[in-house]
Amino acid sequence: MTRNSRKALRIKEKIIELLLSLCSSVSVLTTLGIIAVLSIESIFFFREVSLTQLFFDTEWTPLFLDKHFGIWPLIAGTILTSAIALALSVPAGLVIAVYVSEFAHERTRAFLKPILELLAGIPTIVYGYFALLVITPALQIIFPEMGSFNALSAGIAMGVMILPMMASLSEDAIYTVPKSLREGAYALGASKLQMILGAVLPGAVGGITAAVILSAARAVGETMIVAIAAGQQPLFHFNPLQPVETMTAYIVQVSLGDTPHGTLEYHTLFAVAMMLFLLTMVLNIVSLRIGERFKRMYR
Amino acid sequence: MELTDKHHPLARRPFEQDRETTRPLLARPGSEASFLFLARFIIASALLVLLVLVGSVVYDGFSRLSLSFLTSFPSRKAENAGILAAWTGSAWLLFLTIIFALPLGVGAAVYLEEYAKKSRATRLIELCIANLAGVPSVIYGLLGLQVFVRALSFERSVLSGSLTLALLVLPIIIMASREALRTVPKGYREGALALGATRWQTTWTQVLPVALPGIATGCILAFSRAIGETAPLITLGALTYVAQVPDSMFAPFTALPIQAFNWLSRPQPEFHVNAAAAITVLLSFMIALNLIAMVLRSKFQRRQR
Repeated sequence: MTRNSRKALRIKEKIIELLLSLCSSVSVLTTLGIIAVLSIESIFFFREVSLTQLFFDTEWTPLFLDKHFGIWPLIAGTILTSAIALALSVPAGLVIAVYVSEFAHERTRAFLKPILELLAGIPTIVYGYFALLVITPALQIIFPEMGSFNALSAGIAMGVMILPMMASLSEDAIYTVPKSLREGAYALGASKLQMILGAVLPGAVGGITAAVILSAARAVGETMIVAIAAGQQPLFHFNPLQPVETMTAYIVQVSLGDTPHGTLEYHTLFAVAMMLFLLTMVLNIVSLRIGERFKRMYR
Repeated sequence: MELTDKHHPLARRPFEQDRETTRPLLARPGSEASFLFLARFIIASALLVLLVLVGSVVYDGFSRLSLSFLTSFPSRKAENAGILAAWTGSAWLLFLTIIFALPLGVGAAVYLEEYAKKSRATRLIELCIANLAGVPSVIYGLLGLQVFVRALSFERSVLSGSLTLALLVLPIIIMASREALRTVPKGYREGALALGATRWQTTWTQVLPVALPGIATGCILAFSRAIGETAPLITLGALTYVAQVPDSMFAPFTALPIQAFNWLSRPQPEFHVNAAAAITVLLSFMIALNLIAMVLRSKFQRRQR
């Protein structure tokens, strides 16, 4: 190989490395872009609306003539639907995880995993359809006073949507618990269920917490199910049979209307999105930290 | 310091202590059986929900599926409305999203796995990717609205939509590709490097071909998620009434999930049937993609053994 061609090769290598590093910097740029876009537009919002108005008013009516900017109805709606979803998906997900990792045969496992993945891959619009046209009519048999839009069916559909993620993350956590802990429990005379409740679950608690928080973040950010089935009325209450509006559903509502660029209504979009972003980011980072510490514990 | 039993980290957990509280319940002979019953009940209900979920949509929509449904534009009359603009829009979106996201995602994964040294910059990139994976999809829509639609003035075009979706699936592609690259045995790289290959030659001729099925599986799942996404396209301002097939990247568009959402949010039940039919088309496409991914994965696993 001549010196020149070797030099050309080296330059080519450098260029390729540079290109690849540019590819990976796109994620940093995207993050910065999101933060920039949300902050710039939120600043316009906070020029006209003070933080006191945001947090000490209990009405959210930015699209009406008599404008109020109390964020609590949207937060209450988000918390209510997410709480219903978690109440369903966390216990059910844990039981599935314990069953799959401790009791199920290899064949059952091989059968269940792809089904869980399929359930996780279904577009959320299908869950919205399910909530509006299957769950709500079914629940109306039990609660005749329930309207066609309500927090309960949206929460249930969301719980089903989150279930696969919760189950598979908890199963990973349970799988991480070393064999010695199980054997120790058996050696102390524990039955299988005692071993699971006394040794495996306490040992996996870090990973399970991370899974719950990640599921919560997913529930808070879920959009289409609540936009379709929970209604679009920002009412401040915690009654699951009544319609609610979540932060995400509000964003969809404004986006569907013809809100002119640069108006206050347009800026509310970004202020709400900013809160949503901060909330999910905190949840994600906490989950990541707990998850990392958990994995280090057994290394 | 002398450690008594109390100070030992494991001392909180022994069965000695818990015996009074937990033993009577757990030692009952039926307790394991009832747990198994509960678990099987939950799994059976999850399967039932999956069946009803898919079954109800397909059952409601199947009668509406016809050639004219696939070849008509939306209409004010439910029985004349079709999804021509929606499915062509989705096809355009899918095609362009793959073109944008695939090289970027795989490139980033190759950089992080094969090139990057452990540094603060690498750590930052990894943190951003992990974080972006958890950002709600509506927020990507707002990013696309401000950057692609307004700042770059691509308008509400297929191009803006697919760039937004590409950013959305990028973290998934990167994570899946890294996973696949990590399964390639170290010996492949060392062998090539020892023969005098450069790092890129090693990656291109040895590592990538071995990791390809794994990368493909992850990417297919990511793209099947992209065509099911509704929220970011709505915030982007994608139109709900479009009566033309997009003829270029800059054409306005609608997509299958948006069309379904539009029909679903109308009060008339005839439009709900249309929504079910549109969702059925979307689902069959996604299931096809998932099946391809499953076949690829089983091939991949067999080869590794």
